[in-house]
Amino acid sequence: MFKVVVGLITGLLFGLGMNVSQMVNPYKVLNFLDVSGNWDASLAFVIGGALLVFVPFYHFLIKPRSHAVNGEPIQCSTLKTISPKLIIGSIIFGIGWGMVGICPGPAVASLLRGEAAIYWFLLSMLLGHYLSKRLFSRA
Amino acid sequence: MTEFSPGSALIGGMLLGLSVSLLMLLSGRTGGISGILGGIFGASKSEWPWRVAFIAAMAGSLLFNPLFGLSEAPLPNYSLGWLLAGGFAVGVGTQLANGCTSGHGICGIGRFSLRSIVATMVFMLSAALVVWLAGGAYV
Repeated sequence: MFKVVVGLITGLLFGLGMNVSQMVNPYKVLNFLDVSGNWDASLAFVIGGALLVFVPFYHFLIKPRSHAVNGEPIQCSTLKTISPKLIIGSIIFGIGWGMVGICPGPAVASLLRGEAAIYWFLLSMLLGHYLSKRLFSRA
Repeated sequence: MTEFSPGSALIGGMLLGLSVSLLMLLSGRTGGISGILGGIFGASKSEWPWRVAFIAAMAGSLLFNPLFGLSEAPLPNYSLGWLLAGGFAVGVGTQLANGCTSGHGICGIGRFSLRSIVATMVFMLSAALVVWLAGGAYV
């Protein structure tokens, strides 16, 4: 139950962050990526703002703990190697992100807009995620 | 064209930072949206409820927009094929790379993970290249 309440609160905060920062507007994202054109640097401030809070929070409050407040282990990736999979995956993600200006967060935060484009995006994204998991989970 | 909006970007970003901080401190989970969404496939039963709560609350955050004087910006007029291809690439890429803008770009960079720093640089470059090749934000 505690975990569900945490999910609700943090999901709401995340969604508000997506809307307030305008990450949900694909034009904001595409213009951030359009460095040589109509560059809009706002998105750098979104990441900056997030790190401004998370960096001290993580290093002073989370990292020193052995477990989360609910008693479960803190699950962070323990992977260290810069693998070809990481690089290729990042390139492919970048291609999709640059094509549409939508990444997973803004897509979820836009679910209730009732726009068909968001549903097609999410459907296709989940299909891609599922298929690559099936194909490459052992790699 | 979009207007440079450093103030709202910073505040929105700080909300994202607060969200992932609380999620990790209280429940021990990483606030990567591609992981939370994609992990629906093969997630254990105990992981389902909080993920659904998170996603529902995140989607519901849209309802608070009028309270902050926000309204949803129109989406670009994508062709269906472009949208599906972009979504598919986002799904495959984030699965292979183990993360997206929130997982790598906020949580990973915030933990000073070299993998996440590299992943974020690679997907930003690749996305910027696609926008450049496409000739801007299709406005």
